[in-house]
Amino acid sequence: MKILVPVKLVASIDEDCELREDGRDVDPDFLDYELNEWDDYSWEEAVRLQEAHGAEVEIIPVTVGPAEAEDGLRRCLAKGGERAIRVWHDALEASDPMAVARVIAKLAKRENADLVLAGTLSSDHGFAATGMCVASLLGWAHAAVVSRLDISPGAERATVRRELEAGLEEEISVQCPAVLTIQLGINEPRYASLRGIKQAKAKPLEVVSHIDLGLEDAEVGESGSLSRVRRMFAPERGQAELIEGTPAEQAARIAAIVKQATGGAQ
Amino acid sequence: MSEIMVVAEHRRGELTAATLEVIAAAVELKQAKDMTVAVAVLARDPSAFTDPVSVAGVDEIVNATVPVSEFQNDIYEAIVDRMIDARQPAVVLLPHSIDAWGYAPALAARRQCGFATDVFALKYDGDDLVATRAAYGEKMHVELDFCGKDTVLITLRSNIYKPIGGASTPAVTNFEAPVVEARTVATGFIEPESAGDVDISQAEFMLSVGRGIAEEDNIEQFEELADAMGFTLGCSRPIADSGWLPKSRQVGQSGKTVSNCNLYLAFGISGSVQHMAGMKHVPKIIAVNTDADASIFTIASYGVVADMFEIAEELKNHFD
Repeated sequence: MKILVPVKLVASIDEDCELREDGRDVDPDFLDYELNEWDDYSWEEAVRLQEAHGAEVEIIPVTVGPAEAEDGLRRCLAKGGERAIRVWHDALEASDPMAVARVIAKLAKRENADLVLAGTLSSDHGFAATGMCVASLLGWAHAAVVSRLDISPGAERATVRRELEAGLEEEISVQCPAVLTIQLGINEPRYASLRGIKQAKAKPLEVVSHIDLGLEDAEVGESGSLSRVRRMFAPERGQAELIEGTPAEQAARIAAIVKQATGGAQ
Repeated sequence: MSEIMVVAEHRRGELTAATLEVIAAAVELKQAKDMTVAVAVLARDPSAFTDPVSVAGVDEIVNATVPVSEFQNDIYEAIVDRMIDARQPAVVLLPHSIDAWGYAPALAARRQCGFATDVFALKYDGDDLVATRAAYGEKMHVELDFCGKDTVLITLRSNIYKPIGGASTPAVTNFEAPVVEARTVATGFIEPESAGDVDISQAEFMLSVGRGIAEEDNIEQFEELADAMGFTLGCSRPIADSGWLPKSRQVGQSGKTVSNCNLYLAFGISGSVQHMAGMKHVPKIIAVNTDADASIFTIASYGVVADMFEIAEELKNHFD
């Protein structure tokens, strides 16, 4: 069983960031990157399957992004897996989830993958869409927001739990091959060992472009997307009143607000 | 006249509250362009939902009889796809719900229609539909358009549009649903653990802790503080995932919405989109966090940039 795990670096910003000149995104100088939290869990799930079944299971982290994105792949390889794939080309800039999904679906085909485990969503843009777009392109069965996964190599079906609203879950049986998006809390992601981090540096990391995968420029980037950014802007901030002073002064003010709201009953 | 199609959502025989919000959004949008609103109901017995979706402003209900009682992604995807073929709506609106996460992107990929999720504002600029959503942990807003696509599929954030009152008697039509191979089969729901714990959705005053608590041993200090203040203790997702507090105490999209809360005191919660979905409506929010850039400060009424343990220690003195 070959498992493809798409991961990405997500960007976060501080309050005083500036926009790019075209006003359609934040100036890259103000972006800080880290591995998407959900991808930590999807990769951990893959590593556990590999450890449980040994050579029967191969796990491959893949990412769509520039050279800096390799950091995310190395983080994965430090915990398991023997190789990784990064896809990039300038034409991939401004790709929406659909355009990214085209790349991942092509990779899944090229690798003859049996399972794609993606994060449920990413914390930067939060579309919660890429995994299910991949499933559609591959014509595979799919389930989103998976909070428990039971699958064996070669099995015709997997048993998964979907996490619904308000703490409710649903158990479903999913035909394989499948695309599943993984929810936080499905496992406890391990920390990489120093030895693992060192070994990861030596593991092969293949770099290809969308063209190598048989995609045209028009199928990726903005032209391959289902939406287009008109503009980005900082929303009007809520009227948060800052409570300043020493901790004792701050606490006194909080206590006063609380007592007013509760009618001073306490 | 072009159409806005809403796909109704139901679970265990009940129409979801989010569906009524999406209908409200559709009715608001139709006035901008002189459009019509149709509500699609996919159910074993769609007529059971005719009354609840017959909201003022709905022009038509389109019923499709399906062989399953609950949501199944292949069936929803295929039938809504055929409905779009037949009706050519300009806009298809769904709740940004877990069920929609499971099929809306696949449907958009299949049709190559315009597509955006978690949208909280819609308007027309000339003939272009413009959707607003958030990015970078709510710190930025983004306006999207859809490159002139004939149909645009949108999932709408919950708790933005208020359900509208007033009934109507829309025309009811039947849609001949194709037979669809369901590649997933539901075997049952698993109830959330409750263990006789409190129902935080009923609590008037909440004190919630997040990742800032750092260690399980630190929970006790906040448990005692909440008790002393007469507040109900809640938490963000990582605390429940770690098992430091029961899942029934989790506030947010996958936990509970604190519907009756009037004052929410957040300690060490940075404010993920998912957490804020469960509490940002609270009239008074006090947030204590060491990080002045934490997203929670964008929705708080009062911000306290400080060490949560020191504040808790001092606060306790006021509630002995």
